[in-house]
Amino acid sequence: MGLRRVAIVGAGITKFYRYTQETPKELAYEAAKMALDSCEMTLNDIDCVSLGTAPDAFDGIHMNGEYLVDGAGAYRKPYMRHYVGGGTGVLSPIHGWFHVASGMFDTCLVVAEEKMSSAFPHPAGAFLTIFDHTTEQPLYPTLIWIFAIEMHRFMHKHGYTKEEIAQVAVKNKRNALDHPSAQLGAEITVEDVLNSEVMAYPVNRLDISPTSDGAAAIVLASEEVARRVTEKPIWIDGIGYCLDTAYWCNRDLYYPDYVEVAARQAYEMAGIKEPSKEIHVAEPYDPFTYKELHHIEGLQLCKRGDSVKMLLDGVTQRDGNLPCCPSGGALGVGNPIAATGLMKIIEIFLQLREEAGPRQVPGKPTCGVAQAWGDLMQVGTVVVMRS
Amino acid sequence: MLDAQRILKTATKVKLDDIKSGKVLSVHDKPNLKYAWDNGVAIGRYLAELKNGRIIGKRCNSCKRVLVPPRMFCELCWRPTDDWEFVQDTGTILTCVVSHVNWDASRVKKGQRYHTPAVIELDGAGKDQEAMLHIDEIEPYDIKIGMRVKAVWKEPEERIGAITDIKYFKVIG
Repeated sequence: MGLRRVAIVGAGITKFYRYTQETPKELAYEAAKMALDSCEMTLNDIDCVSLGTAPDAFDGIHMNGEYLVDGAGAYRKPYMRHYVGGGTGVLSPIHGWFHVASGMFDTCLVVAEEKMSSAFPHPAGAFLTIFDHTTEQPLYPTLIWIFAIEMHRFMHKHGYTKEEIAQVAVKNKRNALDHPSAQLGAEITVEDVLNSEVMAYPVNRLDISPTSDGAAAIVLASEEVARRVTEKPIWIDGIGYCLDTAYWCNRDLYYPDYVEVAARQAYEMAGIKEPSKEIHVAEPYDPFTYKELHHIEGLQLCKRGDSVKMLLDGVTQRDGNLPCCPSGGALGVGNPIAATGLMKIIEIFLQLREEAGPRQVPGKPTCGVAQAWGDLMQVGTVVVMRS
Repeated sequence: MLDAQRILKTATKVKLDDIKSGKVLSVHDKPNLKYAWDNGVAIGRYLAELKNGRIIGKRCNSCKRVLVPPRMFCELCWRPTDDWEFVQDTGTILTCVVSHVNWDASRVKKGQRYHTPAVIELDGAGKDQEAMLHIDEIEPYDIKIGMRVKAVWKEPEERIGAITDIKYFKVIG
């Protein structure tokens, strides 16, 4: 295709909290500076900037991309903002990849930020206006409802139980105990999940990722630059993304076809024929417990209807055959929307470099996948990485 | 390797109480924006028919779906849709929820009914044409996937041409 190879050469991430004192710009700056420092680069080495931040309604700053230009280090540089809800954090590195793979730029700083705590009384209210203003908003839907609607359909179709799905929260919150950015790392039990407050049956409070403030950043480089700045470049070998229609009721919600479409794009590009064997570590998007399983199926990491068996057999544990969310995921590390997807990219980067410390999965993984999801049950964003 | 000590210094945790009490200073604002969204041709007719107590869709002769809510073009076949077609106000529950939270994440007050939205496959609309609507006249936790439901309409003089002209769906078996 005439495209250049692109590597991730540096990464930075802030601590995630429910409420931070820092402004969105300050959070973006901290993550971006850390990413540059990690590969001993400065802003002078950066040719362009790719920014991800999700709904303006969270930060409460209209055209948040323009506001964040300073924190993202994009002053007088080619700059592009991406926004596909929760899928944003994996879309921004995909667009950064385009910038470098095309030959247009040698380096790209990718920054993702979200400060959800500015919205009162609760940022969940900001989601009302994502629904159709005429046919849906008059019913006062919430994002929690439509997740519960999807989870119930998923459970019904496959015969999964709440007890089984709760194991995802137990796993991810435990994994998050080892992540320095984590907001909600904890040792919990299935009973804790089932006994937590019912939000919208079948979703309990501990089935949901928290509201968070935070930022993350990576540095992308062409092969020539990457070989110069690091001995351990991690290559982006496959990218895929797509949106399904906004008529979210008009598809059977038990299966995310759009994730499959995105995953197949990425796998074809990376030359992956059997994802469940060739991929060694995965970071599927887990804003809700069932979502990790839903996405594992969409990512073709198991057959449809087999994700719970994988979970119960321990396959997705950090020491299992196909660790999923070794970071602790959105459920454990936290979910500052756009920053979460990039946190997942960073986790695969660290795992493939064998620099994940206490979170390191065994067996010297050489191929990993990160995925995010968003908008109205309609976005799949997928990146395949290799060492 | 992430530098755990440096990460700890990147953000400062504050408590909600500290914001509310003014210990942590913040600026408050409440945008008061007003919009008027045009209904368009397809949704305009849909709303007019809801006022008449009927649900109308638009058929796509290529994929054979009757699109509800109706649209002027089929998003899958990427062509203009064809005839208008009424669908029935009965259907089957594909998935449902018992919500203890309101749209702004506040909790349903004690004594108030939990929200019970469901995705309903409407009879006559064809597969994969569903709408999200509320179920009522049944205990929230008794609602099951697969139940048959029928629309309960507002009185004709109360209808305004809105999705809320359907008060809710009730279980009919």
